[in-house]
Amino acid sequence: MKQITATGQNVNEAVESALAQLKTTKDRTEILIIDEGKKGIFGIFGSRPAIVQVTVKADPIEEAKIFLVNVSEQMGVSVKVDITKEGKNVLFNLSGEKIALLIGKRGQTLNSLQYLTQLVINRYHEQYLNVTVDAEDYRKRRNDTLIQLAGRLAIKAVKTGQNVALEPMPSYERKVIHTALVDNKKVKTFSDGSEPHRHIVITPVK
Amino acid sequence: MKQLIETIVKPLVDHPEDVQVNVVEEDFRVTYQLSVNKNDMGKVIGKQGRVAKAIRTVVYAAGTSQQKKIFLEINE
Repeated sequence: MKQITATGQNVNEAVESALAQLKTTKDRTEILIIDEGKKGIFGIFGSRPAIVQVTVKADPIEEAKIFLVNVSEQMGVSVKVDITKEGKNVLFNLSGEKIALLIGKRGQTLNSLQYLTQLVINRYHEQYLNVTVDAEDYRKRRNDTLIQLAGRLAIKAVKTGQNVALEPMPSYERKVIHTALVDNKKVKTFSDGSEPHRHIVITPVK
Repeated sequence: MKQLIETIVKPLVDHPEDVQVNVVEEDFRVTYQLSVNKNDMGKVIGKQGRVAKAIRTVVYAAGTSQQKKIFLEINE
């Protein structure tokens, strides 16, 4: 983060001088007045210049992008990041070679990266932002797999008349399964266990 | 690898200058000892170790190309 202190005959002049040096505008900075300054008698005796400290505010989305690019690079993967912002949701779409390394088994590396990026972005941002990190359409493919899985296991539950427990999943993946089976009148779904072992149970309706 | 850990941890903490990574290499394992400022401990561990777990997942994924097994310890 860039920060400088500037002086001027009054606060306004000091701020303007700082902004000129930083080549930025007032709305992208935070201004701290250290000394308001004094005019003094005849502008000579006892006069003090105004001192302000101006800090350039970091753009959270830009910071998060830099974070993702740096981390991927250190992992030996060069990625391209596309950003889409929709209200409070920010989507980072990664693409490049060797992207499989960033996704990991059942997307666990991708989910971890997503969680860490969310932490980075919300350190800089006042309003809470929701981060999704996707790589080469992984999330969509995973959704399709989950919906298929849900259908298959629902049939199994009805056939055997017993509860079917799934493996632990993150909340948004569980949501996909709940939603997929909400119209199915033969089964009910609920979540059991506590994070990070929370998992779905599909139970047949008698 | 050491750099990767620093790249991940530094943006998460309040005192990036106190982030340190020591490497202990043995025959079949490499242990990375991460130490951060006392006040930042909570930030790198997180609620029920969520952050620590996420950092480990990313670090271990990066380490799959190496022969040795990797461990990440977090100290004060």
